[in-house]
Amino acid sequence: MKNSSRRGFMGKAFGAVAGVGAVGALYAMKKTWDPLPSVKAAGFTTLDMSAYNENELVVEKWRGKPIFVLKKTAEMVAKQTKEQTARDIKIGDNHFMVSIGLCTHLGCIPAYNPDEEGFLCACHGGQFDFSGDVKKSPPPRGLDIPPFKIVGQKLVLGEVGPEYTAMKENGITL
Amino acid sequence: MKNKEPLILAVVVFFSLLTYYLVEPFAHSQMHKHHESEGFVYNDLPEPTKKGAAEHGKVLAIGNYACISCHSIKVENIPAPMDPASAAQTYGVNPPDLSNAGVVYDAKFLTDLIKNPAHALMVEHKFDPAKGKVHPMAAYAGMGGDLDQEVADIVAFLQSIAVKPEELTPTIAYENACGRCHANHYAGWTQIGEKPQFKKKQDELAFETQVLDYTDALTKYMGKLPPDLSIYIRSRGEHYIKTFVENPQNYLKGTAMPRVGVTAEAAEKVIEYLEDSGDAKRHERESVGKNVMIFIVIFAIFAFLWKRQMWRDLH
Amino acid sequence: MAHFTKATSVKDWFNQRLAIEKVEKVMGSEYWIPKNINFLWAMGMILAITFALLLVSGIFLLMYYQPNVNLAFDSVNYTIMKEVDFGWLWRHIHGVAASVVFLIIYIHMFTGIYYGSYKKGREMIWISGMLLFVTFSAEAFSGYMLPWGQMSYWAGMVITNLFSGGSLHADGLVEWIRGDYVPAQAFLNRFFMLHVLLIPLAILGLIGLHFASLRIPHVNNQDGEEIDFEAESKKYLAGDKAGSKVIRFANDFMSKDMMVVGVYLVFFFYLVFFNYDFAMDPVNFDPADGLKTPAHIYPEWYFLWSYEILRPFSVNIGLIAFAFAQVIFFALPFLDKSPNTIPASRRGLFKYWFWAMLIDMIVLTAMGKVPPSGVFSTIGFWAALTFIALWIALPFITKREKAV
Repeated sequence: MKNSSRRGFMGKAFGAVAGVGAVGALYAMKKTWDPLPSVKAAGFTTLDMSAYNENELVVEKWRGKPIFVLKKTAEMVAKQTKEQTARDIKIGDNHFMVSIGLCTHLGCIPAYNPDEEGFLCACHGGQFDFSGDVKKSPPPRGLDIPPFKIVGQKLVLGEVGPEYTAMKENGITL
Repeated sequence: MKNKEPLILAVVVFFSLLTYYLVEPFAHSQMHKHHESEGFVYNDLPEPTKKGAAEHGKVLAIGNYACISCHSIKVENIPAPMDPASAAQTYGVNPPDLSNAGVVYDAKFLTDLIKNPAHALMVEHKFDPAKGKVHPMAAYAGMGGDLDQEVADIVAFLQSIAVKPEELTPTIAYENACGRCHANHYAGWTQIGEKPQFKKKQDELAFETQVLDYTDALTKYMGKLPPDLSIYIRSRGEHYIKTFVENPQNYLKGTAMPRVGVTAEAAEKVIEYLEDSGDAKRHERESVGKNVMIFIVIFAIFAFLWKRQMWRDLH
Repeated sequence: MAHFTKATSVKDWFNQRLAIEKVEKVMGSEYWIPKNINFLWAMGMILAITFALLLVSGIFLLMYYQPNVNLAFDSVNYTIMKEVDFGWLWRHIHGVAASVVFLIIYIHMFTGIYYGSYKKGREMIWISGMLLFVTFSAEAFSGYMLPWGQMSYWAGMVITNLFSGGSLHADGLVEWIRGDYVPAQAFLNRFFMLHVLLIPLAILGLIGLHFASLRIPHVNNQDGEEIDFEAESKKYLAGDKAGSKVIRFANDFMSKDMMVVGVYLVFFFYLVFFNYDFAMDPVNFDPADGLKTPAHIYPEWYFLWSYEILRPFSVNIGLIAFAFAQVIFFALPFLDKSPNTIPASRRGLFKYWFWAMLIDMIVLTAMGKVPPSGVFSTIGFWAALTFIALWIALPFITKREKAV
């Protein structure tokens, strides 16, 4: 009896040791699926903000994602609400809407209609206004704003500046 | 016991076909606008009123430099004034060689084109003289005679030097109508011509640089680089391509793509070129398909006979 | 140690070492199948044949396919379609079979639901079958990535985004699955691995489990009759073939299977050669472009019903409804409380449940493809609610069913 319970115990102990090995192997496998350092490092884009025309959407690229840059017209700035203004990136006197051009629902690229001053996502019918805020669900929130830092007339995407930190703290972007 | 199998089969077939109908023909009819072809007759353009004289047309086109200050005419040994890349940097796109213009393009279209390019090409939204934007091809103002007669003469001249309609090849049609804007790398075609075999890497790089200079200028001119058409026959299909070429504004309001003005025959040839580049094995697919179908029917008959024999004493 | 004698024939030589006669009996000639079944029972064989077609055509595609974001598209559309002899044939067979296999799976599933083939000891047949459905879905999705066309890219983008879990905002998980911020080289490579190795291995294992789960409860029949397989097989072996309620798997049942397979292959090859656009979406003949979404994004037809359950709701509820739709079929044997294992036509309310479920799923499928606006959006919303309501109602209506 004593012997057999000892055998039972040793069997469990052996199982536990094998389990530790399995967990270790799973850890290695998980890490192998991680994005590579080179992928993570290639993540900075600098935009010259003096080169944009008003109410003309330009699609830039950052980390393989499309970035919407829309220079707002004076009327847009004048008529927009406080919430909409809070999403603006101000460089000199100019207001810009800069955001990741992927619908926050499931990541399609919404199209901009300059006459209606808004975005429509063809996948599931989501709509955004010219500030990138949601006008019609399913998207749960406005277009995300990429981490940015203002350097003179230039905008560096991927670096975190004080303006971006403030937006994050105020819950304007995730 | 009553045999229910025919009824069950009918139910299965019915629901399968219903699902197919809903996700294919029905869904596509909801997603895409359908346009019927007009058969490349260009009803909006006026019928030419004058009969042209090719001899006089030649004098105007070549002698008076009406055409050849921008266009080459290789059959008449008239070279292009510039290489393609420089021409694209000057005009936005390389002006076409006119050797076969008379057979590729519709006569009504050519007549209107010479008098008012932006109108014939349906790009007046892009080239509005009132806004200071003029089409790079200058409208022909005439040499002092009857303008309509002169234009008719030039058209007659272009038709006289072109290959005969029955000699028109898919390559000629594509190069004239599409090839200066659209590459087709499955056919080895770039916007500045077929890519040759190079012995030296330097020559190859020089050629590629030329292509890039050309496409850069073209991108600036068109707003975006016109797509490579290698397998458009599979991605768009014959009907879409034909009706799109006939009038690009049908599908893409405000597109920078001009109406090309090809004849119905030239459009067929363009389609053939696209089929050769994007669906090269279509003939093999059809013939192999027929043979496989015949074999499979025989296979099914033998399977049926085997089953009947096996089940004879089971019932 | 076993005793071996000098072999009297090649067959005897193998028989002593591999017991091939015994194996032949167990797997074929004395594997007993009920006689009162119809052609719907041949769907298993059709699935096996279609899987074989996928495997063989896939092997030849694998010889020329390049899992590289710069080369993948042309390796499929130029090298395989234009250069390789009969490369187009393998690709068309592979693409069409990948689509048709789901039609057959759905017919197979609804056959099981109609005749109650998931009840009374047949639960594991149903569950292993559902596991096969899930692995086939993963196999189809990973394969759809490989040509690296516009639909590959954007389906990859949208489907991997589902793993962000809505408000959980688990972007780290999404990026981990992709190996990049967006679908790119790492993504293509790992889905290639999944498609040609890991998932096929899982499928092969599950097919074994699915077959094994049939042995003890035996195949169901179209009258829900409980058959004494031992007594009936004795009757058959004694020569009363017409009176016995069972037949041999090989070659009695097999010959009927092959007859149905013959008809199926006529249909299949017609699609391969003459009507393939439904399985090889024209949009995927445009190369992947991360900066341009196609005008309409929709999954392949067999995913549309579950996609439509996701679509009409706000993101979180949509994801919950979607997750519900993915797992609820697994629970069918336990939600059906009826004591009867008989065809739906003799089961009172369940009969209406069955046809309502079938039609609702077809409506969801249709609405999943058309643009999500106006009346389609409304129909889709109600169809999605109906789907959920039907599943909630199932235990109640089956509980009230009287034992027949």
